[in-house]
Amino acid sequence: MYSDKVMDHFENPRNVGEIENASGTGTVGNAKCGDIMRIYLDIDDDGIIQDCKFKTFGCGAAVATSSMATELVKGKSIQEAMKVTNKAVMEALDGLPPVKVHCSLLAEEAIHAALWDYAQKKGIEIEGLQPPKSDIHEGEEEEEY
Amino acid sequence: MVMKDLKIIYLDNAATTKTDPEVTEAMIPYFTDVYGNPSSIYSIGASAKKAVMQARDLIASTLGAKSNEIYFTGGGSEADNWALVATAEAYGSKGKHIITSKIEHHAVLHTCEYLEKRGYEITYIGVDENGILKIEELKAAIRPDTILISVMFANNEIGTVQPIKEIGAIAKERGILFHTDAVQAYAHVPIQVDDMNIDMLSASGHKFHGPKGTGFLYIRTGIKIRSFLHGGGQERGRRAGTENVPGIVGIGKAAQLAFDHLEERARKEEELRDYLIKKIGEEIPYCRLNGDAKRRLANNVNYSFRFIEGESLLISLDRKGICASSGSACTSGSLDPSHVLLAIGLPHETAHGSLRLTVSAENTLEEMEETVAAVKEIVERLRNMSPLYEDFMKKEQECIEEKR
Repeated sequence: MYSDKVMDHFENPRNVGEIENASGTGTVGNAKCGDIMRIYLDIDDDGIIQDCKFKTFGCGAAVATSSMATELVKGKSIQEAMKVTNKAVMEALDGLPPVKVHCSLLAEEAIHAALWDYAQKKGIEIEGLQPPKSDIHEGEEEEEY
Repeated sequence: MVMKDLKIIYLDNAATTKTDPEVTEAMIPYFTDVYGNPSSIYSIGASAKKAVMQARDLIASTLGAKSNEIYFTGGGSEADNWALVATAEAYGSKGKHIITSKIEHHAVLHTCEYLEKRGYEITYIGVDENGILKIEELKAAIRPDTILISVMFANNEIGTVQPIKEIGAIAKERGILFHTDAVQAYAHVPIQVDDMNIDMLSASGHKFHGPKGTGFLYIRTGIKIRSFLHGGGQERGRRAGTENVPGIVGIGKAAQLAFDHLEERARKEEELRDYLIKKIGEEIPYCRLNGDAKRRLANNVNYSFRFIEGESLLISLDRKGICASSGSACTSGSLDPSHVLLAIGLPHETAHGSLRLTVSAENTLEEMEETVAAVKEIVERLRNMSPLYEDFMKKEQECIEEKR
């Protein structure tokens, strides 16, 4: 059901890991739905993303979209990184099954959340950047069941 | 897509089983030579009818039932649908209340939802942390208008075997019909319908090395359940449609083979199951065995691994030629993980990271060794890229440092 590119990025994910003292970190998704993505950005004084790492809890598509998203923003300026949409991630992966499109949205959100964190730390505003929507809900609520 | 050079380790026997070559061999003449309609009077029709009769006799004998109490269907789901809907219709004037469990197969749960929309009231009984039905809750749920109790014999995901005899006795005492979905249990564990007070029982052929698209519903004599498919007079007028003769021959043969080797197969499966349970538990930290340790199907292993998600585990296993399944939402196309794992009290996050391995007597110990090694390697790999694991390990580290 997955393209070869998705399988490649799932099996050999690029940029897995953490960045200590990262310029910006963003965690999106929640364990309840089964997807959590965390993106670390290392941004230099010129606003260039020097390094980008990720950690993901989720399905094959979640891992692959995180991996591809990090590849797409690495070496880019903040404004260029803002243009890495979920569509761009999907296209770069030769498409995703319809039920997995939300994974690419999550990847976009994770990048934005990390940029938001960077902007907050720096006290700057990034044009077009909204505060992160989805938040990680770690404490499990009581189930109805 | 089958990868040619890769040897398959098939550990999804609760999903379906490999059709036994003896079964396919027994079926073939009913495609090629004895293709007559069992309702016809000429010899190839009569021979077909005889073959259907023999399969019916054999299956009846395995349950301690009478031959005319076995109704062949197109599978387990059809049998479940039939039992519930037809009972509801036939006994609707007596009452509109049905009791079932929270961990039933969707063939039962979704049929219950269908009935709810048509004015029936369903009570879903909970289970304990091992998946065993709460008997006291069941007793308390019984009302004067309760017409049916439907509880599965053994669970398809976690393998828990229910106290069916006890439930049957309660139903009988209270004068309520008792149906059991025995799709995972029939031809795996001994079942006697009289001893267990079972009024209706669903079974499926492809779960015990028979062909897909075959199954049956046992209906105790005297139960006024109506026909499910209308048309010809097949199956004593209760299930119309020309008999699936090769399929019925196949399910009959599969039942015969299963009951000839019931104990032997169960012992072999238990050995493989216990090896997997022990080794995975020893070698992989932060895991939990789901389902009851003792009251469990001989072929079922179900583990949850914290901090990882099931689909990525399954794809990785598939790349190594290992076929397994998961209660993860991502494998079912919904957002919620398995209702069974939630019902036994697993948090969502843990339920997402579950793995079901269901063996058959054909599997080998070497395959189990390979599987444990593969699961261990994959779980480690996935945990190393999991933010949940990262957070957990940081907290652990902090605890250790505090203690120092």
